[in-house]
Amino acid sequence: MHPAPSVIIFTTLSGLGFGLLFFLGLGLPAVSGWVAFVFFAIAYGLSVGGLMASTFHLGHPERAMKAFTQWRSSWLSREGWCAVLALVLMGLYAIGTVFFGQRWGVFGILGALLSLATVFTTSMIYTQLRTIPRWNMKLTPVMFLSFSLAGGALLAGQTRVALPLLLIAALVQILYWRQGDRALAASGTDLGTATGLGARGRVRAFEPPHTGTNYLLREFVHVVGRKHAEKLRLISFVLAFFVPVVFLLLPFNHFVALLAVLSHLAGIATSRWLFFAQAEHVVGLYYGKR
Amino acid sequence: MTQLPQSTERKMGLVIDLDTCVGCHACVISCKGWNTENYGAPLSDQDAYGADPSGTFLNRVHSYEVQPAEGPAQLIHFPKSCLHCEDAPCVTVCPTGASYKRVEDGIVLVNESDCIGCGLCAWSCPYGARELDQAEGVMKKCTLCVDRIYNENLPEVDRIPSCVRTCPAGARHFGDLGDPHSDVSKLVAERGGMDLMPEMGTKPVNKYLPPRPKDKIEDQIDILAPLLAPVAEEPKGFLGWLDKTLEKL
Ligand code: SF4
Ligand code: SF4
Ligand code: SF4
Repeated sequence: MHPAPSVIIFTTLSGLGFGLLFFLGLGLPAVSGWVAFVFFAIAYGLSVGGLMASTFHLGHPERAMKAFTQWRSSWLSREGWCAVLALVLMGLYAIGTVFFGQRWGVFGILGALLSLATVFTTSMIYTQLRTIPRWNMKLTPVMFLSFSLAGGALLAGQTRVALPLLLIAALVQILYWRQGDRALAASGTDLGTATGLGARGRVRAFEPPHTGTNYLLREFVHVVGRKHAEKLRLISFVLAFFVPVVFLLLPFNHFVALLAVLSHLAGIATSRWLFFAQAEHVVGLYYGKR
Repeated sequence: MTQLPQSTERKMGLVIDLDTCVGCHACVISCKGWNTENYGAPLSDQDAYGADPSGTFLNRVHSYEVQPAEGPAQLIHFPKSCLHCEDAPCVTVCPTGASYKRVEDGIVLVNESDCIGCGLCAWSCPYGARELDQAEGVMKKCTLCVDRIYNENLPEVDRIPSCVRTCPAGARHFGDLGDPHSDVSKLVAERGGMDLMPEMGTKPVNKYLPPRPKDKIEDQIDILAPLLAPVAEEPKGFLGWLDKTLEKL
């Protein structure tokens, strides 16, 4: 898949933002006044910023409101609903903590759950696609949720929770890569089933439909970046999990905490880039590519 | 509404004969022509006369080589457009309701004024049958020429999809695949029509007729062949001398 910057920024930032909102909603940390304001500003900046970025790749962003209509069948529509509801409830909760020094727990807890639901619905947009075996796995939502929770805990300064969550996320990441690398082969789809000619012999793409490129190749067949995948995996793993865990084990200080967050963010963004760049869409088979 | 209908009254679709298709791409051109001038946004091209041309097409023809375990390889031309799937994932993923499947004839269409151009439906189609038009920012796909097949302004002979009407080899057939007595259904039954990527669970309506097995070239081509066997084994005289001299060089 083409690793479009808009979707990578969107899923990375909003995953982190909704993760932070989850912890804030649970009162971890139990902040009020200016400190609460800063925490919520960061959380909203990330989640809303991410959502805005996601509209950049739309052909008609001015019609985005229509996307709320099909929640019965469409995960993208459900994601829109969850995000808006989470942001509204957490907004009310934030008003309580920032201006009245009150913790309106109902809003907080519902908002926290909806924040997680938003991350889950985002992950389901990818997971539902049978056309992309690397995404069509139970581990995909697990990965999105574990990343979001680990990042959220890190941002919320919940050192004691962040440590195990980061370790879990790291484990999920490794499992996801392992299973993902085998997913296309395991799906049983190849040029033989794509053309229905597989039983007659070895099928080879002889001539593409056009000499030039097209939307399908640009959007679904991204082979260029895959060359360095192994190196990028290592970089992403070290930045997203290893560095933050080491920093968390050091004595706490704000500068080190900031470094841990930035490192985690860069690592998750790299992992997300790989999530797209490495994903093989079966339509590539028709072009003799994968 | 992007929920799929439980069932459709008819299942209109295409039957594509891989045995007959000669790979002339006439259907590609006629599809582009008809659908640029009629229903919905035109199919745009980018840099059409430049170094890197590309454009939107609703129908594309691939060519594949199949090498059996024994015998010569076979070249198969392979037209591909929307298969108007019964379990169309492209419809259910659509957040706006722009993508829908019609109850009356099973045709899968995009309501372009509702489409936000998110591209998710194209992601969900295994066959690459949907393309986001770069100029209009909306999703384009085969309409089964919905603006021809019921069009009473056209002579009756033209009330079939443009690609079917154009195909010079008669490799494309149009009809109701939900009716077991229709010509297309009979053709599918007779020739063992098949689904593409059945494992994807999309239940395509369009069917592909597999190529017939190739003739075997036997040892003896025809009865006159022995009479054409070469007569002179060894050249003699001048030619023999020339042959030997050339051999030595
Ligand atoms: S071929 Fe693709 S676009 Fe057409 S109905 Fe099936 S899934 Fe949808
Ligand atoms: S591109 Fe248009 S038709 Fe396709 S899923 Fe998005 S809104 Fe629906
Ligand atoms: S039925 Fe019409 S829109 Fe579909 S491929 Fe044929 S000409 Fe194109």
